[in-house]
Formats: sequence, structure tokens, C-alpha cells
Amino acid sequence: MEQTNFQLKKQDAQSDEWEAQLHHATKATREDWIGRGISYFCIGIIILVVASMLWFITSKGIATFTQNHVSLWKFLSGTNWAPDQGQTGALPMILGSFAVTFAAAIVATPFAVGTAIFMTEISPNKGRKFLQPVIELLVGIPSVVYGFIGLAVIVPFMRHLVGGSGFGIISATFVLFVMVLPTITSMTVDSLRAVPRFYKEASLALGATRWQTVSRVILRSATSGILTAIIFGMARAFGEALAVQMVIGNAAIMPKNLISPASTLTSQLTTGIGDTIDGTLPNNALWSLALILLLMSLVFNALVRIIAKRGQLKHER
Amino acid sequence: MNKGSKLAMGIAAISLLLVGCGKATSSTSSKGSSEALSGKVTAVGSTALQPLAAKAGSNFTAKNSKVNLTVQGGGSGTGLSQVQAGAVSIGDSDIFAEEKAGIKADKLTDHKVAVVGMAPVVNKDAGIKNLKMAQVKQIFTGKITNWKEVGGKDQKIVIINRAQGSGTRATFENAVLKGATAVKSQEQDSNGAVQKIVSTTPGAISYLAFSYFTNKLQAVSIDNVTPTDNNVQTNKWKIWSYEHMYTKGKPTGATAAFLKFMNSKDVQNSLVKDMGYISIHDMKVTKDAKGVVTQN
Repeated sequence: MEQTNFQLKKQDAQSDEWEAQLHHATKATREDWIGRGISYFCIGIIILVVASMLWFITSKGIATFTQNHVSLWKFLSGTNWAPDQGQTGALPMILGSFAVTFAAAIVATPFAVGTAIFMTEISPNKGRKFLQPVIELLVGIPSVVYGFIGLAVIVPFMRHLVGGSGFGIISATFVLFVMVLPTITSMTVDSLRAVPRFYKEASLALGATRWQTVSRVILRSATSGILTAIIFGMARAFGEALAVQMVIGNAAIMPKNLISPASTLTSQLTTGIGDTIDGTLPNNALWSLALILLLMSLVFNALVRIIAKRGQLKHER
Repeated sequence: MNKGSKLAMGIAAISLLLVGCGKATSSTSSKGSSEALSGKVTAVGSTALQPLAAKAGSNFTAKNSKVNLTVQGGGSGTGLSQVQAGAVSIGDSDIFAEEKAGIKADKLTDHKVAVVGMAPVVNKDAGIKNLKMAQVKQIFTGKITNWKEVGGKDQKIVIINRAQGSGTRATFENAVLKGATAVKSQEQDSNGAVQKIVSTTPGAISYLAFSYFTNKLQAVSIDNVTPTDNNVQTNKWKIWSYEHMYTKGKPTGATAAFLKFMNSKDVQNSLVKDMGYISIHDMKVTKDAKGVVTQN
């Protein structure tokens, strides 16, 4: 009797212990909590930083319209940029930014796609051993170095070739061409590699030549990926400040041709921000340019998402 | 542990950091003159004054090791707005605070620490050594577009201006354009960039501080007056400006000591001249914020 009682007690104690173990967190669970806590903390900070940056740029950027009472339409369509004299027509810079962005993308895309086809279809081994490191190197060169090369090589070259001062959209285009080439190339390579192998095999089995396979099957099915790559390249070109500023000439005038000095949103920002006073029109107008830049990068992001979605649908069908 | 409190902690940590930063750059802690000088001095602004301020600053801290002195660029506008906001102890500027919209000049105290002369510079190819003041004005307002109109080569004039709001540009426009608006043209944001571009671009004209002259570009005389320090001192050469160090109210402690040091013979007679500026002690004239020049 006593013994059974003791046994029961022992069992009780044991079950208490189990109960305690079951009701309390183990070391692993606590680690889980800590890990989750750290993750939430980091995410929280990042969200906070992004949100406050968006709020900051937006509130500063709309001050031109709310405090200085410049009409939005006049700001976007005006062609006279002289904020010191109250003239805030931003169209020359908006056009300048789009001109260099599209020109660079148009020049770079054929080279990028060609390189990517070489690296994936024609000579994958050489591509991996030789071209891959070269492209990665191009990504790693700081933009000020590109700008310096542009100033020392491209600007004088353009001056000899087409006359004028050599500063202008065309010089900026060539500098940006080299800068966006690696972005577009490496993303195109990824999308070409993602084309299912049996597409290619089926095409070859049907008697298509390599060129027919590449141009009609592989490029066709990688279209959305390539478009995404181009847009990423354009986003980089649109936001590039330093290198463009060094070669475009920074003249806030409507770009009439490719060889006369022009300016971009970013080049006006970098040249102007140090000389303006917080809360005055010249400063607010620069923030408005920054807001346009921000909105444009949101547009580029949205485009990428839309294209990716449509590409997915196609593959499923 | 809930997410809310974690987030709150994060925000608290960040705001603590921010408060810390704000304090770090605030002005000096003054102490009795009997004790060794200590405190924190931050001078921010004009890139034209920056090299002199930095060199003088390191000489100053060599003597006063307890003073923590930082010199930064950022532009005259940044310097003036930061000192007005009380974020820095000294705001470096190429122009009078009165000339800058948005700055309440009566709240700031001006300390003139040096003088800088500026002159038009042209590419050597243009074949120009002297211009009339009216011609310089006509070139920068777009009335004259070819060098042959002013006795040079048959070559298109390429104007390289400084960024709008730059102190150097303001000085140049006050002295040369006198209210006229410059034609829209290329704009560069530093003396260094202008120097490089003018010396390599055929037909280019711009303006530079004397210290940036090189033998690769041609400094232009105006009305047969050569751009030299002596001519600036007598105001025979009209394009010059003061380098200002502004403080909010009256300076105290380490800041006051540093400004006194900047004005001392040690700095004015050696360092200022060595670095291509003109000493404030050598000036035979005084210019006020409105540009009126009086004999000393």
C-alpha cells in the first residue's frame, strides 16, 4: 500500500515535471522567439526608414505647390528653370532624364541581348569563364569613375566627331550605355537560362536551325524576362547622378539635339542642393525634382511587376 | 514578447541616436579663460573657404588639443542655413548673408576672414587676353557669341557658368552683369570642374578664383587691369568677395577663440597668402552687403 502510494506519488511528480516541461518553453522555443523578435525588429526599422523617407520627400516635394503656390502644371510643363528668380519650369530636366534613359536603353539592349545569347546558347563555357567576370567587374566600377572616363575620353571624342563642346545627351548616353549594359546583360542571361530545356530540344528535333531556335523559341519565351531586364537598366540610368552630371553639361534648357548641353533631374539636384536654403523656393523646387525621381522609380517597379505577372500567365497557358 | 513593444523599443533607440547626433554638432561649451580651451567647433559651408578653414583649423587644434574642431564643405547655402538653424557653430559663406533669400542676416554675426579675387578665364585657343567690362557682360548675356567679335579667333563662344545660387556666381554676376540675366548655358558645381573644362574645351569662357589659375588657361584682363592681388586690394579689380564665417549671435568659448585665431597675424600673413587668398588686413577698401565700396 505504502509502496503503491509512493509509486503514485512518484508518478505524480513525474507527470508534474512533464506538465511543467510541456507548459513551459524549451530552449528551442525560446530561440524561436528571439529569432522572430529580431526579425520583426529589423523589419520594423526598415519599414520605419522607408516610410519616413517617403513621407519626408513627399512633404518636402509638395511644398513647392502648397507653400510657394506654384501650379503643378506650370512646374511640369514650364521650360524656364531659374528658381532664384522664381521660375520653376522643370520640363527641360524631365525631358533630359527621359532622353538619356531611353537612348541608353536603346543602344544597350542589342549588345546586352547579343552577349547574353552568346553566354547561354553559343558558348556557355567561355561565357561563364570569361564574360561573367567581366560583366561583374563592370557592375563594381563606381559611377564617379565612369563619369571621369566620360569627361576625359568620351567628351573630347564627341567634340572631334560632331563639333560643339562635346557635352550633351549623346555623351551621357554613351556613359550610361556602359553602366546599364551589365545590368541588362546579367538579367537577360538569367531569363534565357530559365527557358525550359525541352523547348529548345523540341525545336531542334523539329528540324529548326540554331538561329531559328534562338530567335523564335528561346527569345520569344524569355521576352518578359528581357523586358524586365531592360526596365531595370532604365531605372538605373534614370537615377544615375554623378556620371551623367559630369558629361551632360548641366544646362537647364530644352534639349534641342543630342549634342548640345542639357540637364537631368539628378544633375540639377547634385549641382544645386548645396547652395539653397531650407524652406525657400529654390530648395523646395529641388525637392520636387526628387519627388519626380521617386515617383518614376515607383513606376519602373510597377512596370516590372506587371510584366512579370503577364509573363507568368503565358507560361502557364 | 509582443511586436508592439519591440517596435517601440526600436523607435526609442533610433530617436536616442538622432538626439545624440543633434547634440554632437551643437555649439561650443564655454569655459573660463583661465582654464585650457575646450569644446566643439563645427564649421560648415563654402567649398571655396574650406581648404583655408581646414588648414587653419588643424593649426588651431595643434595648439588647443582639447578643442574638437571639424570643417566641412556643403556650399555657402548649406553653411548659412545650418548656422541659422543652430546646427553648427560656424557657417562658411562666399556671400553676405543679406544676399541670400531665406536667411535672417540680423540674427547672424559676420566675421570676414579672407578675400578672394575672381577673373574671367578663357581657353587659350580663343586668342583673348583682354576684354572690356561691357564685352564680358555681353558674352555672358548671350549678345556676343563668337570670339572674332571681340578680336579673337573665328570660334564659337562656349559659356561655362557656375550653378545657380553658387557664391562665386553671385559675386561674378554682381560685379559684371549688374542685374542682367545670364544666358542659359552649361553649369558646373565646382572651381575644379570649371578649371578642367575651360582648359580642354575650345572657345570656352568661365570665371575662377585666382588660386585656380593654371598655365593651361588664360586669365583675362578687364579694361587693361590685370587680375592680381594688388589690384583687388585697391578695388581697381572689381570682381572679388569676402570669405565670411558667420555665427549665430555673438561667438563664445572655443568658437570665439578660433575666429580670433583666423584674424590673427599668424594666419592672415602666412597661411592666407600661401593658400592663394588675400589677407583681410591688406585691403585698402571695404565693401558692404549692398556692394558699396569705401576707402579705408
